[in-house]
Amino acid sequence: MSDPMRIRAQAQGDKTTVRVLVGHEMESGQRRDAAGKTVPAWFIQSISATHNGKPVLSAQWGTAVSKNPFMQFSFKGGKAGDKVAVTWIDNRGDKRTDEALVS
Amino acid sequence: MERRDFLHHSGVTAVAIAAATALPAAHAQGAPGWNKAAFDSKNLAEAAKAMGATVAPIESKDLVLQAPEIAENGNVVRIGAQSNIANTTQIAFVVEKNPSALAAMFDVPAGTDANVSTNIKMGQSSNVYALAKAGDKFYYSVKEVKVTLGGCGG
Repeated sequence: MSDPMRIRAQAQGDKTTVRVLVGHEMESGQRRDAAGKTVPAWFIQSISATHNGKPVLSAQWGTAVSKNPFMQFSFKGGKAGDKVAVTWIDNRGDKRTDEALVS
Repeated sequence: MERRDFLHHSGVTAVAIAAATALPAAHAQGAPGWNKAAFDSKNLAEAAKAMGATVAPIESKDLVLQAPEIAENGNVVRIGAQSNIANTTQIAFVVEKNPSALAAMFDVPAGTDANVSTNIKMGQSSNVYALAKAGDKFYYSVKEVKVTLGGCGG
């Protein structure tokens, strides 16, 4: 199935910065294969993050987000050892959740 | 007994097959709540409208869009936006000349900085907009990004 996400959450001062790298094709639906057939769109539609279970970000994505998407955001609070979880759902209904500890 | 077992098992298998064939239909739905109208929009005004704007977004210097002047590779263009407008709840990125103008839309709850960045694809040189929602008003800032090598189509 899908590759695990790489999540890095770093607490600095009074906030925590989270960087997420997702492994996903993010097929735009614009490309054609060698036979000239359109490659159907396959992309992450929603992605959300929680800090110790509390939502800190949610996003909706379109086909224009790059392959193996990256996103960065930061939230107030958070200390070493806290749990940050990220979940995505793509247009085929597949989903994946990964967790990381704040460092 | 064996015959009874067989019948019992075949019944279970039939149910399992029925369940398995029912799955693809559920899968086709994708993520719940995905704003299809917004992602079908062709420009900033349409995207803002689909996100709930009743009046046209206003240009604002308090919304800082980070985007390169020249992107060598349209497949990966790092863009970010920071909103210094109070009570910003949503930040979106719109690429004017992409087939689907709206690239991404972030909901920013209280306690999260109105500062997000991501990588997007760009088919060709285009104006890139950051769109922010604060209260019931929408604000934007714009930057032109020149793309040397397109990231869509082919």
